[in-house]
Amino acid sequence: MKFIRNTVDKIKPNFEKGGKFYFLHSTFDAFETFLFVPDKVTKKGAHIRDAMDMKRNMIIVVLALMPALFFGIYNTGLQHFMATGQEQLFWSMIGYGLIKVLPLIVVVYIVGLGIEFAFAQFRKHEVNEGFLVTGMLIPLIVPADIPLWTLALATAFAVIIGKEVFGGTGMNILNPALTARAFLFFAYPSWMSGGRVWTSGMMSGEGIIDGYSGETLLSQAASGATHFVNGLGEKITSFDMFLGNIPGSVGETSVIAILIGALILLLTGVGSWRIMLSVLLGGISMGLLLNAFAVNPAMAVPWYQHLMMGGFAFGLVFMATDPVTAAQTNRGKYFYGFMIGLLAILIRVLNPAYPEGMMLAILLMNVFAPLIDHLVVQANVKKRLKRAVKINE
Amino acid sequence: MFSKKSLKLLTDPINKNNPITVQVLGVCSALAVTVKLEPAIVMALSVTFVTAMSNFVISLLRNTIPKRIRIIVQLVVVAALVIIVDQFLKAYVFDVSKQLSVFVGLIITNCIVMGRLEAFAMANKPIPSLIDGIGNGLGYGAILVIVAFFRELLGSGTILDIKVVPQALYDAGYMNNGLVILPPMALILVGIIIWVHRSKNKELIEN
Repeated sequence: MKFIRNTVDKIKPNFEKGGKFYFLHSTFDAFETFLFVPDKVTKKGAHIRDAMDMKRNMIIVVLALMPALFFGIYNTGLQHFMATGQEQLFWSMIGYGLIKVLPLIVVVYIVGLGIEFAFAQFRKHEVNEGFLVTGMLIPLIVPADIPLWTLALATAFAVIIGKEVFGGTGMNILNPALTARAFLFFAYPSWMSGGRVWTSGMMSGEGIIDGYSGETLLSQAASGATHFVNGLGEKITSFDMFLGNIPGSVGETSVIAILIGALILLLTGVGSWRIMLSVLLGGISMGLLLNAFAVNPAMAVPWYQHLMMGGFAFGLVFMATDPVTAAQTNRGKYFYGFMIGLLAILIRVLNPAYPEGMMLAILLMNVFAPLIDHLVVQANVKKRLKRAVKINE
Repeated sequence: MFSKKSLKLLTDPINKNNPITVQVLGVCSALAVTVKLEPAIVMALSVTFVTAMSNFVISLLRNTIPKRIRIIVQLVVVAALVIIVDQFLKAYVFDVSKQLSVFVGLIITNCIVMGRLEAFAMANKPIPSLIDGIGNGLGYGAILVIVAFFRELLGSGTILDIKVVPQALYDAGYMNNGLVILPPMALILVGIIIWVHRSKNKELIEN
């Protein structure tokens, strides 16, 4: 530790004003604060001092994502070997998953951080930590087989068009990770939808058992299945959905792993319980409403299964709660979350073109979040004005 | 051939006073007709013709048009010109005319045309008005062609329907980008052009 400190101190003058590498100072700064607690202190005004800075916030979210990531790695292997009909040990499933998932993470971080650093240099501001979480989210919401170059392109698009044009971390309107996913979804639909992309190895088709179907539960529901089956035709129970050994995006299948993440976020206060609760309630109410009518099999899918299918749980815990793009006011958060839950299930069931609605619902409500906040604030202003007038009379 | 003043009339709208990137007019048709390069070029030429000729005609009439009904008079002139363009396209480039469909007719409502009539032709002599119309049409067309070039290249892998992305690249796993075909990407491309344009011309940046 001391060695690193000394080395950093030794090269530091080069990056300070007048130094040889002054033009690289924001890059240097980013690495130094990544390694050590920054020594800069504010000098003026009253401040609440707290260890809960942006870096710690971000690290907690990344930690909360770990269970979903680990399960995703295991499940990638599991689904692949199920499709090729091989009996494999636990560790070889993990090994296969690592080979598939690690490149996704590496590519996203290299592209995203590269662009962030370039912008920080160019605009002469500090490198923000915002991408730390985005870079971990993106690999978890795409299929494991997605071509790496499309992923790199989507990451670049999300960071530049989704974030930097609005002014960087904290200024973006849309969730960058979902922007990347939406880009992939609309630009390369053959890799983002259909029955073959969700199981690793099915797109190349080598060694897959005849008749193996890699359809997700959502597309089964959309095509009118009354009960869900896995690729081999065996029945999938609600418990399987809860556990997550079903085909889907890397990190979104396991509800239990996501729940552990949710617990971490809630206990540390990083994620908003108001949003999580209201998304859940919104999803449940739309599920119940559709169940009450249930004129076709897709509408008859029990409401509690909706909460465990597709990206609902993952979006609920990690996407809807993004503090930048969500509504900021407490009352606004309830409405914002409730609408996400409602719309996600509505799009999922009633729109045949999109078997999953969570991404679109969250992006849509991201756009509306500032308006919701405005209305909440204005309502409050009006209420207090009324009270003031009453007292004056 | 041109005096300095008329040269300025011609080049200003192409760069520093561009109808799309600076005045942000006529964006709707820029989104609709830029999926392929060919319709975009035809559209650019059509709009140039209409803005130039309507500017010229209205400028000739400007002293005789009663103020209160000037919009109606302007519309009659523009509509007549658009119908001429539409019939011409139908006669000579029927395929493109079919692709452009309703958007040729909608040149009547193109804000650039009306904007130039109101802002320039009503107060200036015919020849400067003609040049101003050509300049604005070309300024609009330049953006259209840039957007369409990238949309066709990335979305279909062709330029003017000639394949430019080699088959080897497709075999290696390259795919055409489906998002570029959709209208939102045209808006984003126009946004990027505005971004580049303003970072080159700092005086255009508003506070």
